Amino acid sequence: MLSRTADNLYWVSRYVERAEFLARILDATARLATLPTAYGGKGNEWESTLLTSGAAELFHQHYDEANERNVTHFLAFSPDNPSSIRSCMERARANARAVRTALTGEMWETINSSYLELRRYNSGDMNREQFARFLEWVKTASLTFDGSAYRTMLRNDSYWFSRLGVYMERADNTARILDVKYHVLLPETEQIGGSLDYFQWSTILREVSALTAYHWVYRQSVQPWLVADLLIFNRQMPRSLASSYENIVLFLDNLARAYGRQGPSQRLSRTMMAKFENMNVKEVFQQVGLHDFISSFIVDNDRLGSAITEQYLV
Amino acid sequence: MGAAFDEMSLEDGGIRDGYVSLKRWLDTMPADHIALRRSQAELFFRRIGITFAVYGDAEATERLIPFDIIPRVITKPEWQRLEAGLVQRVNALNAFLADVYSRRECLKAGIIPEDLIFRNAGFRPEMDGRPVPHGIYTHIAGIDIVRVDAETFYVLEDNARTPSGVSYMLENREVMMRLFPELFAEHRVAPVENYPDSLLATLRSVAPPSASGDPVCVLLTPGQYNSAFYEHSFLADKLGIELVEGSDLFVRDEVVYMRTTEGPKRVDVIYRRIDDDFLDPLAFRADSVLGVPGLMSAYQAGNVTLANAVGTGIADDKAVYSYMPEIIKFFTGQEPILKNVPTFRCRERDSLAYVMEHLPELVVKEVNGSGGYGMLVGPHATRQQIEEFRRKLKSAPDGFIAQPTLALSTCPTFVASGVAPRHVDLRPFVLSGSDRVRIVPGGLTRVALKEGSLVVNSSQGGGTKDTWVLDA
Repeated sequence: MLSRTADNLYWVSRYVERAEFLARILDATARLATLPTAYGGKGNEWESTLLTSGAAELFHQHYDEANERNVTHFLAFSPDNPSSIRSCMERARANARAVRTALTGEMWETINSSYLELRRYNSGDMNREQFARFLEWVKTASLTFDGSAYRTMLRNDSYWFSRLGVYMERADNTARILDVKYHVLLPETEQIGGSLDYFQWSTILREVSALTAYHWVYRQSVQPWLVADLLIFNRQMPRSLASSYENIVLFLDNLARAYGRQGPSQRLSRTMMAKFENMNVKEVFQQVGLHDFISSFIVDNDRLGSAITEQYLV
Repeated sequence: MGAAFDEMSLEDGGIRDGYVSLKRWLDTMPADHIALRRSQAELFFRRIGITFAVYGDAEATERLIPFDIIPRVITKPEWQRLEAGLVQRVNALNAFLADVYSRRECLKAGIIPEDLIFRNAGFRPEMDGRPVPHGIYTHIAGIDIVRVDAETFYVLEDNARTPSGVSYMLENREVMMRLFPELFAEHRVAPVENYPDSLLATLRSVAPPSASGDPVCVLLTPGQYNSAFYEHSFLADKLGIELVEGSDLFVRDEVVYMRTTEGPKRVDVIYRRIDDDFLDPLAFRADSVLGVPGLMSAYQAGNVTLANAVGTGIADDKAVYSYMPEIIKFFTGQEPILKNVPTFRCRERDSLAYVMEHLPELVVKEVNGSGGYGMLVGPHATRQQIEEFRRKLKSAPDGFIAQPTLALSTCPTFVASGVAPRHVDLRPFVLSGSDRVRIVPGGLTRVALKEGSLVVNSSQGGGTKDTWVLDA
């Protein structure tokens, strides 16, 4: 297939996944911010959400204060933010439109009608209830798109590039949450400084829609090291780094088989997968430290993104 | 201009052959049912994203072309005559273009003045003495036809470069079949859905000799901001070929390749929807970012077929159009089956004098204008507009032709006040391959939705209709 087509398919999925991620972190932050300060932990939740989104620097070029109103507007609607939910949906649709012949009819219709409906949510001046409904809508749009891709695409290179976009973006997003919140995720051995952090941990789980999943997996109350384990190593958890990489390796292998050629991206992805297979959360805390582990993961993940681009998308 | 010919109703209130059962259907369908179906049709078009962009309209970057749910009917005998005329005309166009770029017999014979060719904006000296694969120039032609009475169809203009609109022909039929299956059960309507197959067969038939038995065809688009992008992607999809932009292609050793996830892949036939000027920054406009550097060298080396060929624009020129009857006679040895609209060439002194005298009755067109722009419709123009054209004509008469204001036929159309007659034209799409000429029955009917308006262009408030050629 055309490299540009593959590139567009990959980015359509990335943008849709990113929009959903933003909706989830905004939703989780809104909950955390409404808690009485006695439960809410320290620091400014909105600032930390900005950091998680990766757009903090840009935000401060446009706004003075990271308060609810400014941050929600910036992350959800601002045209100044190329990664706002609105910008993501618009770019997803522009990418989809450029390659609509490579999408199934259902995928195109889903993304196009989401785009058309997005215009109804034009105002940044929504009340909280309207905003919550907007976030719900974004999640639904993403689920519908994902479902239409899963249910209607031929299992060929188009599908694999589209899935690669989902999992590359997802791995990056999960890593960002960990990167910003690493300081509340402490190892089992550490003395825990009170219950304030409990709401931080559950917020993290909410951000990856894993609050219920956590209990099913670990069958105990929320513990910070287990949150880290769930998000990094647990392959049952669809947003964990390990699960994302399992899929990345799979789809890159499919491509290599179909094209009869392995390349740097296959090798790199397998090296990264090996880390998840050969380490556990205890070792991360003891040997490298969570922060360093995540920082180097983000760098490696970016490197894999470049390798995929280099190998297939240009 | 007298009363227009109505394609459904006779002067005495009777109904013409093809429309009898359609009229009965219109009379019995409740108004709210029609309204409901119209909104369903609009929703359908909106959802599939069949939109077009209007140049210079920043407000609405994507609009829908209004669709009228009442089909336009053409009877079988009418179509058979049209079809024969179209085949004859397009064969003549191809022979004419081949001649202009080679032996120039028609110029030597004095059929058409030389300067109309050599000073024509569409003439490409690069094509001179360079035969194209299979000698075909206009593989896809859109011939605009108007009807003025029961007997007479005129050719209004020839679109020999990159005619658009065929996606509307196909989607209009699709929508009609979804919304009104009962109507199709009552009428034997010739299908149009084989157009993509015919187009693909045409493209494959003109692959250069160097191509393999399974030539690689692509559709080259200027990109998604082009007004016809929807059509480009729609057609590429139906044809099962790659939709490429200039940056997806590159030329090495005079061979064209596309960039794929598996490395470079050779391209044999390019159905290009980019104008000549933008095809190759090395050969034409250097500032074009839409084209492919080196494409012309590959083309001239005979390693790739461009459809349509470079340099077909001469045939779109309205002054050249005025010579089509002579061109048809010269190249086919037959009388033209389809007539031209009587045309005054303002470059000729006597004609210009007549045109100046009669501006309020005439339609004046720029010889290289299109899309309904740069046109004066005398009977509907203000005095100021007429004076403006008088000045233009005086300073550059060569740039214009004039035609009598035709009473274009009307078809029943759903408008705010109910069902009313509106003026229509017809654009059939004529495909010329190395093996034969193919025409899907019908074409795109455009309708001027404003009462009395004769301008059917979508950029000027026109709509479209499904076009039915009855097979019995």
